[in-house]
Amino acid sequence: MKNTRTLSLVATGSLALTLAACGGGGDTGGGSDSGGEAAGGASTLTWWHNSNTGEGKDYYDQVARDFEAANEGVTVEVSAMQHEDMLTKLDAAFQAGDAPDVYMERGGGELADHVEAGLTKDLSDEAGETIEKLGGNVAGFQVDGQTYALPFSMGVVGFWYNTEKFEEAGITEAPETWAQMYDAIDTLKQAGIDPISVGAGDKWPAAHYWYQFALRSCSQEVLEGAVTSLDFSDPCFVEAGEATQQLVDAEPFNRGFLSTPAQTGPTSASGLLATGKVAMEMQGHWEPGVMQGLTEDGEGLGDKLGWFPFPAMDGGAGDPAAQLGGGDAWAVSADAPDAAVDFAEYLLSDEVQKGFAELDMGLPTNPTASEFVGDPALGSLLEVRDGAPYVQLYFDTAFGQSVGGAMNDAIALMFADQASPQEIVDATQQAADAEG
Amino acid sequence: MALEVIGFTAPALALFLLFVVWPILRAVQFSVYRWKGFGPLVDFVGLQNYLAVLRNEVFTDALMHNLIIVVLSIVVQLPLGLAIALLLNRRMRGQGMLRTIIFVPYVLAEVIAGVVWFQLLQPQYGVVDNLTEAVGLSGPEQGWLGTPGLALYTVLAVLTWKYLGLAVLLFLAGLQGVPEELSEAAQIDGASWWQTQRRITIPLLGPTIRMWAFLSMIGSLQLFDMVWILTGGGPANATTTMATFLVNEGTKRQNYGIAAAASVVLFVVALVLALLYQRFILSRDNDASDAREVR
Repeated sequence: MKNTRTLSLVATGSLALTLAACGGGGDTGGGSDSGGEAAGGASTLTWWHNSNTGEGKDYYDQVARDFEAANEGVTVEVSAMQHEDMLTKLDAAFQAGDAPDVYMERGGGELADHVEAGLTKDLSDEAGETIEKLGGNVAGFQVDGQTYALPFSMGVVGFWYNTEKFEEAGITEAPETWAQMYDAIDTLKQAGIDPISVGAGDKWPAAHYWYQFALRSCSQEVLEGAVTSLDFSDPCFVEAGEATQQLVDAEPFNRGFLSTPAQTGPTSASGLLATGKVAMEMQGHWEPGVMQGLTEDGEGLGDKLGWFPFPAMDGGAGDPAAQLGGGDAWAVSADAPDAAVDFAEYLLSDEVQKGFAELDMGLPTNPTASEFVGDPALGSLLEVRDGAPYVQLYFDTAFGQSVGGAMNDAIALMFADQASPQEIVDATQQAADAEG
Repeated sequence: MALEVIGFTAPALALFLLFVVWPILRAVQFSVYRWKGFGPLVDFVGLQNYLAVLRNEVFTDALMHNLIIVVLSIVVQLPLGLAIALLLNRRMRGQGMLRTIIFVPYVLAEVIAGVVWFQLLQPQYGVVDNLTEAVGLSGPEQGWLGTPGLALYTVLAVLTWKYLGLAVLLFLAGLQGVPEELSEAAQIDGASWWQTQRRITIPLLGPTIRMWAFLSMIGSLQLFDMVWILTGGGPANATTTMATFLVNEGTKRQNYGIAAAASVVLFVVALVLALLYQRFILSRDNDASDAREVR
């Protein structure tokens, strides 16, 4: 009696442990059961993507069928998932050593980890022609000079704004410098309009401000050095924090921004912009699509939507035209059948990228497809992207989740007035040092 | 006889080994490695992960939050639950409906309740803020869940709403076991209703209360879902619990070694508190029931 009771105590106490331990399967066997190279040239490809609704989903289904028709004996098994679900499942698949044959990579430290663990195929030779066509876009997807994924959509982060609200407040031109930006914030406030929404509850939208300021205050060399050596001692990183602090102190954000989520529901940061509750929000190229999903008519802000790049800062060693951004790329898992590389290349072909652009599914990287981007706001974003001397990958992606997560947490603390510019640098450096 | 014992316990034992013992052992194993969630376990770091966890202010704050929730849950829910149970135990009109109303939150899935409260507590646009504004007050500038000093107590209020039903239900069940003759005798002796409750009913309810407090304590230590949905541990780590800390370190940041070390610490804290509770508080009830069994 006594023993069983103690045992049941152990049982209740240990429930929590299963939380962490469920990520089992320590050894990567690579035993993909996805068909692989079956006899007689027939093979089955598994493909995971995140265009899980509407026209985009139908389009990708059609793309898979077209590929099957052109390559006899190849079957493409398509799994369309909601983005966050896909990331969770991918993590689990990597742990189990059972990744899909063609899947999405976001570059940076995460990709480098996958490469180091031998999960991702080197595409440099097999997909050489495609890589050449994509030009500078592949930079974020290279490790030690080899290319491991083919970017199919690359965007930059800037301010999405409601042109009607700007007019209402009497602002005629999009701000180009931070001095103009602060003027605009004051003007909007005086007109009774909340200037900016930010989803600081999710941390990364807040962190993007710090990234952007770092891009303006640090030179490209310093940033590149930081990515490889994880050294944040340059004073420009503290300057970035000071600029962020100044912005937070100006109180431009929506009420309750500390607990506002990025893009879930109409009271999220994106929802507030989509429903006309704030004048602007700084977000990535996915914003129009997100906002469409957050309004009843499925239009988002429609033709009231405008875009301008992150304003220039006085001083600072950074190139004012440099942009913060990132994108999604198709990667092939290490043990995928040969047809998987062909399929990844097909996804970057002129034909597939044209359809991708026409449906506004993202910002095509194949230069022949640029002209088919319909949305004018996205068009202006594309112009800025193509005119940028370089596009810096989001820092959290570039540094990997461990360092990036610590960095985002510290920046989010600054939004709550609980971290100084120096403390952000210290927390990031500490996490980087722990990486070893 | 021995065969029967094995036959009957084998399925439960197999599940116990597979889903309790095995994960514990794996967590202990992970906790001494630096591991990103894929690839082989090769980077042995000894107890370094434990040091990192125990030195991490976010974790010690999280432990503090857990303890605050353990204590306040019991301090708030016990008198409230007792009062409601005692009132509902009297014969009155609409008794069944009142019982249902109080118990409904407990039946709701935690995630659903969390999402509903998240919407109600939205700053500026949420129902709660609209109500406070309607009576001329204004809600906190950053909202109930967004103000670091308030967030933990807001979460606690939602938890009270959610789990009060369980306390009331258990207490009501316990009250059925209190013989009516005792209160009748007390009434004949001239005791007031209040005296009857205080001197007879509540002491006889002791075992139920102690068991409920135990369940409440374990639940508070492992608290995860409601916090994750309402605040995700924020703002500024004001509502992190040990469980949200380890999930954040594990699945979000991929520091699985650190997460495993945190989970082992959580396990030890829960186990020690459970054993102490067992030894010093539940022991009376257990001895009594053991004695009865012998007879």
